[in-house]
Amino acid sequence: MSDITTIDARGLSCPEPALKAKQAIRRLTGGTVEVLVDAGTASDNVSRIAQQTGWRVAVETLPDGGLKLVLTK
Amino acid sequence: MSFLNRFFISRSGPIATGVVVGVLAPVLVRLGNPGNMGVCVACFGRDIAGALGLHRAGVVQYIRPEIIGFVLGSLVAALIFREFKPRTGSAPLVRFLLGIFAMIGALVFLGCPWRAYLRLSGGDWNALVGLVGLVGGIGLGILFLRMGFSLGRNRPAPQAFGWAMPLIMIALLLLLVFAPQFGRDADGNPTGPIFFSAKGPGSQHAPVVISLAVGLLIGFLAQRTRFCTVGAFRDLILLRDAHLFNGILALLVAAFVVNLILGQFTPGFENQPVAHTNVLWNFGGMLLAGLAFTLAGGCPGRQLFLSGEGDGDAAVFVLGMIVGAALSHNFNAASSPAGPALFGPAAVIVGLIVCVAIGLAMREPRRA
Repeated sequence: MSDITTIDARGLSCPEPALKAKQAIRRLTGGTVEVLVDAGTASDNVSRIAQQTGWRVAVETLPDGGLKLVLTK
Repeated sequence: MSFLNRFFISRSGPIATGVVVGVLAPVLVRLGNPGNMGVCVACFGRDIAGALGLHRAGVVQYIRPEIIGFVLGSLVAALIFREFKPRTGSAPLVRFLLGIFAMIGALVFLGCPWRAYLRLSGGDWNALVGLVGLVGGIGLGILFLRMGFSLGRNRPAPQAFGWAMPLIMIALLLLLVFAPQFGRDADGNPTGPIFFSAKGPGSQHAPVVISLAVGLLIGFLAQRTRFCTVGAFRDLILLRDAHLFNGILALLVAAFVVNLILGQFTPGFENQPVAHTNVLWNFGGMLLAGLAFTLAGGCPGRQLFLSGEGDGDAAVFVLGMIVGAALSHNFNAASSPAGPALFGPAAVIVGLIVCVAIGLAMREPRRA
């Protein structure tokens, strides 16, 4: 079983990407969560929410121009 | 550029935008805009609807350059920082309805969330009642979001699609400058299709170039900093995140100080500019507006900024607001300083029923 949780938040309005990310990391004490987004606002918001709770954030640009935020703790 | 970008997305970004809005809005009042209405997306949208003849309330007809500047300033920022991403397809019809009812609610209160904060900073205590309603509406929207409410995903659209709303704004700017008069009234005087108020709030405005410049600056900053007057409370309650809320506090403090300096701070409930004292419907109007804005993903300013960066769904919401303003006046639902209009309460109740139904009904469809 993979210990990576993936959330596809592409195309969703505020505050859904940040809300989905927050709901996912709240259930975990650590590990890796990948969040797919396609807007700068969603990327900023998810990153900020994660960092506020002690998660590290790495941003990868995908070939289609979207972003993969890799949250680790 | 990366230094600037880091500043914009930092904690200081929304605060800087709040200060700029808080300083410039009272200055626009000083230069001619109506009292406590340096910036109001609802009032200005209503004035635009009137100028286009969609409603014929003679005192609120003017093409407000601030609105044009909001969209075009956001467009410039999005182009420079590579965030111009045309997209559409997230329940546009529902967003259109939400735009209509957000505007109906705001015009019962007499102002959008931007003006609610500006009214408060000018000493209009009726705004406190409106803000309680706004937070109540946002709270209701949060309840639906927690229950899984979603208007679904947008999809990328062709580049040309993203230019539609900016081009509509440029068309409005041309109509403002040239003000064509194609018709003739009963006495043979030139009239329409563009109408400008000769008296009342619609006749009160800062010089066009200054209004446009302020709009462009706010549009640019707000696009970068994601400034949102509804997201401020939404994120504070839902995500325990004060990032946007700090921007609103900055706006309130800056506008209060500038109003004091300019002699525009007049505390009280009575005789406030373009405002009424009816507690129930100041609350009710903003309850509806807060719910509709939350379900649509952001305040009316935010919808303009998003439309500038190519979001067609936000543009449809804005067009819904314009239509909502026309309906509001044509159905005798928009308040005046004398108080709520005859059908204002009924319009708010209908709006609440529709928005609650949308909140309960809309879920992201399961993927096959």
